[in-house]
Amino acid sequence: MKKILSLFLSSLLLVSCFALSASAEQEEPLEAEDTGITINVYNWGEYISDGSDGTMNVNQEFTKRTGIHVNYTTFDTNESLYSKLVSGGASYDVIFPSDYMVARMIEEGMLQKLDFSNIPNYKYIDEDYRDLAYDPQNEYSVPYTWGVVGIFYNKNYVKEAPTSWDVLWDDQYQGKILMFDNPRDAFGIAQKRLGYSFNSTDMAEWQEAAELLKEQKPLVQAYVMDQIFDKMEIGEAWLAPYYAGDAAVLVEENDSIGFSIPTEEGTNFFVDAMCIPADAQHKAEAEAYINFLCDPEIAAANMEYVGYSTPESAAKELMDEEITSNPIYYPSQEIIDNSEVFLTLPSEINEKVDKLWIEVKMGSSGSTATLIVVLLGFLLLYIVIVITKTIKRKRMNRY
Amino acid sequence: MKKVISRIYMAIIFVFLYAPIVILVLFSFNDSDTKSRAVWSGFSLRWYQKLFSNGELLNALRNTLIIAVVAAIAATVLGTVAAIGINSMKKWPKRFVMSVGNLPMVNPEIVTGISLLLLFVFGARLLHVELGIFSVILAHITFCLPYVILSVMPKLRQMDNSLFEAAQDLGCTPIHSFFKVVFPEILPGIITGAVMAFTLSIDDFVISYFTSGTTQTLPVYIYSMTRKRVSPEINALSTLLFGTILVLLLVINFSKKRSNDVKEKEEAR
Repeated sequence: MKKILSLFLSSLLLVSCFALSASAEQEEPLEAEDTGITINVYNWGEYISDGSDGTMNVNQEFTKRTGIHVNYTTFDTNESLYSKLVSGGASYDVIFPSDYMVARMIEEGMLQKLDFSNIPNYKYIDEDYRDLAYDPQNEYSVPYTWGVVGIFYNKNYVKEAPTSWDVLWDDQYQGKILMFDNPRDAFGIAQKRLGYSFNSTDMAEWQEAAELLKEQKPLVQAYVMDQIFDKMEIGEAWLAPYYAGDAAVLVEENDSIGFSIPTEEGTNFFVDAMCIPADAQHKAEAEAYINFLCDPEIAAANMEYVGYSTPESAAKELMDEEITSNPIYYPSQEIIDNSEVFLTLPSEINEKVDKLWIEVKMGSSGSTATLIVVLLGFLLLYIVIVITKTIKRKRMNRY
Repeated sequence: MKKVISRIYMAIIFVFLYAPIVILVLFSFNDSDTKSRAVWSGFSLRWYQKLFSNGELLNALRNTLIIAVVAAIAATVLGTVAAIGINSMKKWPKRFVMSVGNLPMVNPEIVTGISLLLLFVFGARLLHVELGIFSVILAHITFCLPYVILSVMPKLRQMDNSLFEAAQDLGCTPIHSFFKVVFPEILPGIITGAVMAFTLSIDDFVISYFTSGTTQTLPVYIYSMTRKRVSPEINALSTLLFGTILVLLLVINFSKKRSNDVKEKEEAR
């Protein structure tokens, strides 16, 4: 037995040593003096060039040039970023919220004003991407990436490139349609189809959009996020709305998949921005990091890895011509003008939208009630069985 | 006829259990430019190569392993000591302590996670420290403890208490007799508890997510990839982990069987 224990422990030791040595990597000598400061960066998953396949390792490069160390961690949705910041217990120096989340955080006083004299590379950001509606004076955020939402379709089954969101309600594609698994994006599609704004504060419009989504539900195969890649690839689904930046892998590697932006009703234009939370402990270093990411050379490296679009013309010039001339990544100005940015919603609207979304996905609140009744029924049955068994046992014991 | 049906039934069960793992292993060798997990396009080891050059991922793996090892060892020591203490209690206090101790096990993870977060944030503010790897380790010890206690208790109950007394009669000090007599008896239970604590800790997402502050464990890292696409590097890593655990289990079972055989032989003599 001792042998097993020692075997177990030694193999553990081996594995951890292995992991330790592997992650220690050969660290390049620093060009700048080591400041000994570590900034906490919280970004989307796989949203920075990480040095695989001969690309630039941006975080390492930053440490090399400035002597500031980076503790880089990742999140999956704006909402989890928000909850992490609100719950306390973690203080970040640079975060990457999307447009509407920037607006919400500004409103709730969670962000600091940036000192743009520390971010000289801000001059490379094109005029079109400054002073956007979520941060009108552009005091709190610097855009990192942008993109639009469009529809992926399988050319073998969907003959014409969809120009309208109507195609997602077309019953000849029943069971082959995928939808976003988050309320803002899903409601957004219904709202555009109805001709409403994403940022409507009129509850009746949201209600109408919810009805439209409920009507669509029988046609929808599943509400998913990243699974659309697998489902589209093997032809299990034919139509799926998603972010253009992710089009690269699907469309480039797969001749039968196309990408189209519904121009009839317009679409969603989104920006992921860099911000500094109010409780950041290393503001100057965080600004140095933001400045570094705005450097056209670095921005180009990041965009080539990530696949989303850059707000810097100077970076575009450094990138592959094939990408920058591709209308998927860089759609015409008309399309951008015809699209709308998500803004933050008043909290009472937000709550109601969340409720409506649950109704769309789960069916009405009536079915939840039946579920509870059924569960209670089982519980009752269980209690009855336990009681009868105890009574029986007692009777048996008496004899 | 009955046999055929039962065989088929067995086969179906095994397919259900192992098909996902087979697919996962298979696609870790997929030679695809698109990170595809659905279309097979040839054999390659590129994802393994990439895995070991991905600093973020290895960092997350290292955090996870450190947390799992430390939490498993601490939970095992604490749990074993607690089990011995509980075992020598009277009937009612014992029942009470056991049911209170088991509460964290039936408590939904999300409740445990949030309550620990609230506690840690409160404590961190008092002590002017930040949440990090240390708070995750504390949280993991907390939820691993009942499992260790539960796997050590039956061994203690099986043990004949007079062995312990006999050892003392023959001149052992209590501590000495514990290590000579009690410990070898309950060792299988301790090992089961330790292994269980280790795997539970590696596996945990919800509690680590809430208590980790600015450090990141492997499950949290994987989850954050879901907006873009979970990379086959994760398949490669999972294959390696699965392989390690499989080998470990085989070795443990094999050596157990051998030691049992030896025992039987001795008894036959």
